[in-house]
Formats: sequence, structure tokens, C-alpha cells
Amino acid sequence: MSWVDRVRALLGDDAVDVAATPDGVPRVAPGSPDAVALLLGTAREEGWRVRVEGAGTWLPVDAPADLALTTRRLDKVPAIEPQDLSATAEAGIACDLLRQQLADRGTWLALDPPGLAGRTLGSVVATATAGPLRHGFGPVRDHLLGVTFVTGDGRLVQSGGRVMKNVAGYDLTKLAAGGFGAFGVIVLVHLRLRALPRADQTLVLEGSREDLAQVAEDIAAAAVQPAAHELMSPALARRERWLLAVRFAGSAALVSAEEGALRAATGGRFTALRADEAHALWMRAAESFATRPVTFRVGALPDSSDELMDLLQHQVGDEWISASPGIGAIRWGGETTVDRLRRLRRTLAGLEVPLTLERAPWPVRAAVGHFGAYREGVGPLVAGLRRTFDPGEAFVVAVEGTE
Amino acid sequence: MTAGTATAERGGSLAAALGEIVGARHVRTALPERVTFARDGLPTHRHVPGVVVLPGSRDEVVAVVRLLAALGVPFVPRGAGTGLSGGALADDDAVLIVLTRLNRILAIDPVNRIAVVEPGVVNVRLSAAAAPHGLYYSPDPSSQTACTIGGNVAENAGGPHCLKYGVTATHVLGLEVVLADGQVVELGSPGGEPWGPDLVGLFVGSEGNFGIATRIRVRLLPVPRAIRTLLADFSALRTAGEAVSAVIASGIVPAALEMMDQSCINAVEDSVYAAGYPRDAAAVLLVELDGCREEAVAADADTIAGILRAHGARGVLSAADAKQRERLWQGRKKAFGAMGRLSRDLVVQDAVVPRSTLPDVLEAIGRIATAYGLTVSNVFHAGDGNLHPNISFDGRVPGLKARVDQASGEIMAVCIAAGGTITGEHGIGLDKLRYMPLIFDGDALAAMRAVRLVFDPLERVNPGKVVPIHACREWSGVRTHPGREPGDPRAGARGELSELAR
Repeated sequence: MSWVDRVRALLGDDAVDVAATPDGVPRVAPGSPDAVALLLGTAREEGWRVRVEGAGTWLPVDAPADLALTTRRLDKVPAIEPQDLSATAEAGIACDLLRQQLADRGTWLALDPPGLAGRTLGSVVATATAGPLRHGFGPVRDHLLGVTFVTGDGRLVQSGGRVMKNVAGYDLTKLAAGGFGAFGVIVLVHLRLRALPRADQTLVLEGSREDLAQVAEDIAAAAVQPAAHELMSPALARRERWLLAVRFAGSAALVSAEEGALRAATGGRFTALRADEAHALWMRAAESFATRPVTFRVGALPDSSDELMDLLQHQVGDEWISASPGIGAIRWGGETTVDRLRRLRRTLAGLEVPLTLERAPWPVRAAVGHFGAYREGVGPLVAGLRRTFDPGEAFVVAVEGTE
Repeated sequence: MTAGTATAERGGSLAAALGEIVGARHVRTALPERVTFARDGLPTHRHVPGVVVLPGSRDEVVAVVRLLAALGVPFVPRGAGTGLSGGALADDDAVLIVLTRLNRILAIDPVNRIAVVEPGVVNVRLSAAAAPHGLYYSPDPSSQTACTIGGNVAENAGGPHCLKYGVTATHVLGLEVVLADGQVVELGSPGGEPWGPDLVGLFVGSEGNFGIATRIRVRLLPVPRAIRTLLADFSALRTAGEAVSAVIASGIVPAALEMMDQSCINAVEDSVYAAGYPRDAAAVLLVELDGCREEAVAADADTIAGILRAHGARGVLSAADAKQRERLWQGRKKAFGAMGRLSRDLVVQDAVVPRSTLPDVLEAIGRIATAYGLTVSNVFHAGDGNLHPNISFDGRVPGLKARVDQASGEIMAVCIAAGGTITGEHGIGLDKLRYMPLIFDGDALAAMRAVRLVFDPLERVNPGKVVPIHACREWSGVRTHPGREPGDPRAGARGELSELAR
């Protein structure tokens, strides 16, 4: 029996989509977490190499593999609980569809990841790609109450739960968030929600990067507390010059007071955007990163943001940059080479700044790795964790690269 | 060999070797000294450690751990011993490494709002040290005047103000960790971005099973410029629970949203911590709003007060000044101490439920208390759904402790049935091992054990805690240790320690 026949026998005819991927790797779309477990258990037995895909709009679907496992049929939202501000969603749900369903119940997931609107929730969690709202609402992990994932040998592992606090057992959710699929396929996510903000206001200021960096410092010094506080390159913002965009979200009283404080701290230089303008600005910026072949993020001390942007400009250019200077987070997009990425990562490592490769074509990912080299002594821990969760090395994930 | 002779022998060569590292006066071998470390904040577990050692520096910790690794001796890290799950207790065959002498605040960086501390720094000391910079450390467990930040990291501690600002894991950016074999690794990065997989997030809350954090890099927050503290009183527990959901759904996130029931109110009011809570209330809610803008906080407080009244509050008091606010909070923070008046012993329970189920769960807990003839007082983080049903009892009464255990089990079952979990901030330790299979299946438990083995292949660090090994399904790659019985990770080490003693 061919493997296609085996998969059909296991999961049913409609789970196999043999001709669908550009590189001819057969694609399997299990319709339930149990089906994912069944498939990966079989993959372990057969020694199949598996690449994991969501909607295919963020990481290129180009890793060499025996089969592609897509989560796109895991698209149900079993629970939205407005009174508890929590939800449970399958990993293959598109972020825009989830956002709409949440909004219909008066709730909000305060994440605005880079990429197209149809990107899956699982992709956002697996790559821990937070957007500008990370300034006010934290990284992806802060929005997770628990996850269920399937290991490389087909075990369903639940971690966390669906309540607001939980310290029962080790927090394996933290491994799944930002693990780039090295430890398992995320199939179900329990989310921490917020009530839809009663008021949501974005204000912008154009200027030179140096000028805006100073303004950003003034804002921080005045203890203005925005939801997002993002410095965007001209290409990203589609403006003539750099753009500092500040977003406030919350009660009407809070937004009004914070907006007043911003104006006071910056001499009234900011311009308020209409809701449709603000929506377009944030959405375009997020989507722009999906049009660049390579994106990476760096995380540093806030007071070194400016210096790091100089370094990026010097080594890889600064055409596509989105930075949260208040928390030292920078996302870069563009075209570059393996050698340049390696050199940049070495330079940054010397400054104790990690570079996480978020997306790139397979040859670049394979060479550079999402994480590259670890700090001393950490490599064996990561290797041990990978062996634990993927003993047969079923998952095709470029974790460390080849340097 | 009796326990007494084993201890005497252990007090010989091992104590001498430890004494060479830390100085003889920082090694405790006499029984009366060791007994003082036999409990944590929970009165129901008592384990006398074989030897107690108090290293005074990171290098001493490394040397002690390497010595114990060479000898195959299990050890348990411990902070101030305020934990509430029996997590920092060591048996007679293990060494208790007490970290309270590592109590230096190594750096405060006001520009980047970061502090670096040793694990033995008492929680509240860090906020005091950061205060001149207009900053503070947000996680505020009720024991914050005594508990250490190392212990907070091990337990992923919470506190009232975690509702708005998040638990310990949210605030830990990086860690220096001494692994079971004495190797030192840096996890995370100075700015807090994970360096590879999020091992900092994995370590926080691992209850000492993955090693000893010797340096902890934490985020500091600006001290709020505006604060409003409201006390709302209710004539029924259910109404108070319903008001909690209404506040949460409003979209305004209070800094804290705490509930105390009548039994707790009266215990506080009878004590030196009397805060002026209304004794005839079935429950009170303590709600705090904070922020940087006076006008916004005031407006949000008015909105919340309106919601509380609309949902059945008989009255809503707004603290007139800082003094009154502190008094209201002192009653809440010292409630556990005040309950000491109710009886000789107190079991502080910890569970979390979806917030919307609070009214039903509180009523069910009341029924369990009645059925078992026990006094249960509730004082808890209502905004998070994090319950603390506290059972007062006299452990000397024959059979009463068994009844308390049974009632605790039933309370846990009610919380699990409501979609909740068995601990929100106190941890599993020893106390909740038996409940773990109720919320995790064999694969999830086996995965946890397998992760622990990556950090501590011989399961020598805080053995016997967190994961009930008997309930783990088989996991590929998980080795069983020669000479040990399944379910007893310390069996092999016992033999080695006896050998050492000879």
C-alpha cells in the first residue's frame, strides 16, 4: 500500500491533497487533533519527514519533506466566553475570521501579528510573532492560557488550561510559543481575551528617524502608556519620512487622558487619524512584511534601540523596519543573503542581542536557522527537548542552521 | 541503620565537605536546627532535611551542587520557606540548600526599567530599592514581606495586582541557572527576548525541579501616579461573585479585584489588622484602579462603582487617602495571619475557576464545609477566578486532618468540574501531587517528566515533587535509573548517601 493510500485509509479521502503544493510535496489536511496524532504516529513508524503548514501565507511552504501537514482544516472555535474573557480556538483558524468572531461577542485578542489577514492562529503562536501591540499587551505568550500540541511521534499533549492563572505542572505552553514547530504541531489554543476597547485612537508624527527617536524618549519619560508605540520606516508606513505611530485603546476616559498627556509631552505635534485611516495604517504595515522574502526580529534593551537600528541600516539596510523603541523590539524585513544574516547575528550576539529569523526561503532558513547558536550550555538543553518531543526527527524545522 | 545514626554519620563527612565550601557555621546538622526547616507555610507536611546548607554566593552554590552531583546526593532549593504546597521540603536523605544569604540586589537600571537580583532578595525589598527611581516590582504575593524572589520564580508566584500586571513569569526577563550537575547557564537575554526557545518561561514555575536560579533579571514598572481603592459590600456571596463578572466584562481592567467572605472579614476585624470591613456583609470586594492619569483613573473608578452598585453592592466606599487605602489592604494582605485566631491550624487552599462560575463554586464550597463540619473562609483574587478556600482546624483532634483532606479533595473536584485547575499560584509541591492526574492525562504528565529529565537526568533536584511519576504514561527516551523502583526517584541516591556516610 502506498503512503497516500495509508493516509487515505487512516484519515479519509478528503484529507489528502496530493497535487496542491508548488514543490509537489503531498499535502495532508487532518480534520481533528486526533487525526493529526494518528498521522504523526504513522509518520514516526514509517520514518516520514513532515513539514507543518498553516495557511501558507507566512513561512514559505518549501521545506523538503515527504509530506506537508496543514492545519487549515482545524478551523473551529469551540468556545468564546465573554464573561470570562477567554476563548478556545483550533490552530488552523485564520486570524481575521477569529477576530471577527471575537468582536461579535464583544471581545478582543490584543495581538496584531505581521502577515496577511488570513494567517493562522497556530502560525502566530508557533513563531511568537507579535506586532506593535506587544508594547502595551506583551508578547504572544502573555495571551496564551494553554495549548494542545501533537509531538513528532503522535502524542497529544495538553498544557496549561483555560483559566486566567495556572501553575499546575511545568509550563510547556512556553515551549510551544515561539518553538517554530520544533516541539510539536499546535492544534488547539486557549486564549486570554480583553473586552473590545470602548475607545481606540491612533496618532502619528512624521519626521527624521533621529527626531522621532527623541520624541519616543519624551513620550516614555512622560509615562504615557500607549497600547502601541511604533517607529516605522518610510516604505513600511508609505510616507515620505519615518513615522511614529501611537495607539491608545481602552475606556474613553483612559484614551482621552493618555491622548492629552501625549500632546502635552510632545507639544501637540501628533495628528490624530480617523478610524479607517488607522486601520489601514496598521493593516498595511502588518501585511507589508509578508511581501518581503526575509523577516527577522531582534530584542534588546530599550536604550539601545537607536544604536541597533544604525547597525541594521549599516549591515542589511533599513528600508522595512518596524520598531517598538519603548521595549527594545525591532522587526526587519527585506532581501538579504545568508552571509549577511550570519554576520549580523554574530555582531548582535556580541552585544547580547538575539536575532530570531522569522521567515525566509528554505535555503536561507536551513543555513541560518531560526535561532542560530545558543548561549553557552543551552544547546544541549534544546537538543534534549527536541529529542523528547520529536524522537524520530519527523519535523522538518531549521532550528539552529548549519553554521 | 536508624534515622538517627544516619543523620549522625551524615553530619560527618558530607557536612565537613559542605563546611569547607560555605564555612562550618552555615551547615546545620543538629536535629533541633534541621527541624526548623521541616515545614513551609502549610502545616500539613513535615519533612526533616538530612543536612541544611546556606551558601553565601553564586560560586558557593555551584560548588555545593557540584559536590552533591559527584556524590549523587539529592537536594532541595529553598527560599524563605513561605510556600504553601510543601514544595521546599527535603527528606532525611537529601540536602536542603537555603538561598536566603544570596540577598543582594545586583543592579537597578532605571532607564531600561530592569533589576538584577539574587534569589534570596525578599520581594518587598526590591520595590523599596526601586522606589527612588519611581519604579517598583509588580508581583505582590501576600507573603511579600518575607518571601524571596527566587521562591517567586520557582512557584511563578502571583498576588492581588497580577490581575492587571501579570504573574511572575510576565516580569522575568532572564535567569542565570545552576543545573543539577553544577553547570551554569544563562537563559534569555538582557532585553527579555528569548534566545532560542523560551527556556526562561519554561523555568519559571518549575518548582525547583530544573535547577537553582542564582541571578534573576526582572522588569520594573513605573509607580502608578493615581490610585483609587474601592470597598464594596454585599449581602450575598453569589451577588458578589456576579459583580466580579460584570466588572471584568466592562473592559476596565482593575489593578486588583479581591473578595473576602464573612468568616474572613470577622477574623480580620477581630485581629490587630482590623480594617473597618462591615461585619454584617456576606462578602466584600476590594477593587483597586491605578494608572498614570488622575482624571482617567477617577472616571474609571466611578464607572466601576456604578457597576458594583448596579449588581447588588449595598455600599461602595472609596478610600479617602493613602492611609485608609493601606488599612483596607492590610486587612486583605494579613487575612491569612488573622485566620490564625480561628483555630490552631490552617490549610490555605488554592484553585482557579472560570470567573463566571464563581457564584456556583462558592456556594458548592459552602456546602462542602457544612457537610464536613469545617470552617472554610474565602479570601481570594476574584478578578482572576483564583480561589483560596482556607480550612481552619485543630490538627490534634483525632481524625480531623483526614476530614480536612477529604474536604480539600472535594473542593478541588468542584473546581475541576467547573473547568478550572488545582493551583493558580501556590504550586503542586507535595500537597497536590494526588490531584495532578485529575487534570492531566498520562501523556501530558509523561511529557512533563521527560522535560524534567532534560534538565535533571537523575531527578535529584527537589525529588518527588510536581509530577506523580506513577501516573506518567511511558515516554520514549525516558530512562529509568538502575537500582531504583519506579515511582521513587530517590531510591538509588539513598544507597549512595549511606555509602558516603560510611
